Amino acid sequence: MTNRAGGPILRTEHLGRTVNGHTLVDDVSIEVQRGDVLAIVGPSGSGKSSFLRMLNRLDEPTRGNVYVDGQDTRDIPPRLLRQRVGMVMQAANLFPGTVAGNIRYGPAQRGETIPSARVDALLEQVGLAGYASRDINHLSGGEAQRVSVARTLANTPEVLLLDEPTSALDDAAEQEVETLLCRIINDEQLTCLVVTHDMAQAARMANRVMVMAEGRLVSIGPSEEILNAEPVL
Amino acid sequence: MLNRFFSEGLELGLAQAAVAAVLALAVMLLARERKIHVERETVIALVRGLIQIVIVGSFLALLFQGPRWSSILVLAGMMAAAGTIAARRASGIPGAFTVSLAGIGLGAGIVIVLMTWFGVIDSALTSLIPVGSMLIANSMNTSALALERFRAEVESHVGQIEAALALGASTQTAVSPYVQAAVHASLIPRLDSISSLGIVWIPGMMAGMVLSGTDPVYAAVYQFVIMAMIFAAAGLTSVLSTLLIRNKAFSEAEQLILRPVTAGPT
Repeated sequence: MTNRAGGPILRTEHLGRTVNGHTLVDDVSIEVQRGDVLAIVGPSGSGKSSFLRMLNRLDEPTRGNVYVDGQDTRDIPPRLLRQRVGMVMQAANLFPGTVAGNIRYGPAQRGETIPSARVDALLEQVGLAGYASRDINHLSGGEAQRVSVARTLANTPEVLLLDEPTSALDDAAEQEVETLLCRIINDEQLTCLVVTHDMAQAARMANRVMVMAEGRLVSIGPSEEILNAEPVL
Repeated sequence: MLNRFFSEGLELGLAQAAVAAVLALAVMLLARERKIHVERETVIALVRGLIQIVIVGSFLALLFQGPRWSSILVLAGMMAAAGTIAARRASGIPGAFTVSLAGIGLGAGIVIVLMTWFGVIDSALTSLIPVGSMLIANSMNTSALALERFRAEVESHVGQIEAALALGASTQTAVSPYVQAAVHASLIPRLDSISSLGIVWIPGMMAGMVLSGTDPVYAAVYQFVIMAMIFAAAGLTSVLSTLLIRNKAFSEAEQLILRPVTAGPT
């Protein structure tokens, strides 16, 4: 597959994953254009997160392919792929140490040391100006998740994967982090795939929605069209 | 008192074993009076223990008649058995036996070869096999501890490891804190043994040397030598085992495959 600069930034082709005879994802083919924000919704156990984790090869597809900017992800070294396709998980999973240490972690893996000004700018972007030297043990859940977002953005990913980024937070923090993500995605014109079980959140964050059930793609299209057509999930 | 009735040797040994067994049975009866019923287990354990240890003694007696090179075969057999036992702690990790065997074989093997070459361990079978077995046994325990701890650390930090991978970290970097924790934890018992040497306990080897008439000061110093060798062998084994098992925790595409059975995305 050759590079197609004008084509979709991310494409899956008959993507599937079966583990111990149990099919988690089955024959999912989608395209994501640059600047798209695609919400992946569906009931618990529908394969949303399993699908997302194959896009940066945290899990291996047992069937089908994933293409990033036209290139099969199996042809991209995993470390480079994961830098290009960043991921924010449900839990912040910060590393012991300071906030700045966490922000610098990704670039440091490529031997890059990002300057303090860049760390400060990233923290300002997530509303945590002045937090650089704080110990991560002194952060609230919402603050930790903001650091996690800034840490992923420090890698300047081409595609951002959000795996239920607010579901582990309390209501107030959830609203804060969601608002923050919407602003960053909009400001940076990021291409983004967000897994959520909250249909209202999908409507607020995404311009496109894909619905999954029992590992299969049920429907995909513009948010308004899909969310109005879907019964309660 | 037994010396008066039995000449030294097997007869005396059996008489001593009988007296010790009677004492153990007396304790069992005392427990029975207190409604603690361990009769069956005690009798079986005593008989089984005696038979096993006499078989080992007979085997060693036979072995000590053999050529020096036979010690290599014996120690290699011990290493294989130790590798099998240590690997049980890491069941579920592919290649656990190979990792345990390599860790113990190299860890204990290097120390045995070096120390024999320096003359710290006598190359005679009567010295090399008992001392070698001590190093192998301790390496086995350390390897098992290290593998168990590594697995526990990884399984309880799946989120952080995958977060590191998702940020472009290598597998080595992602699990580095847990390799360190596993090595450290596995060496604590060995360090405790050295630091409490002579204060909390007098190890069997020193006790045996003193009983056989060796100068107690020399016996004490040699016991320290043994403990230092055990630490070196265990340390090498621990580092090697965890470094080798580290790679088994990931797939070729740098995906974490060592994870709790229940953990997994939906």
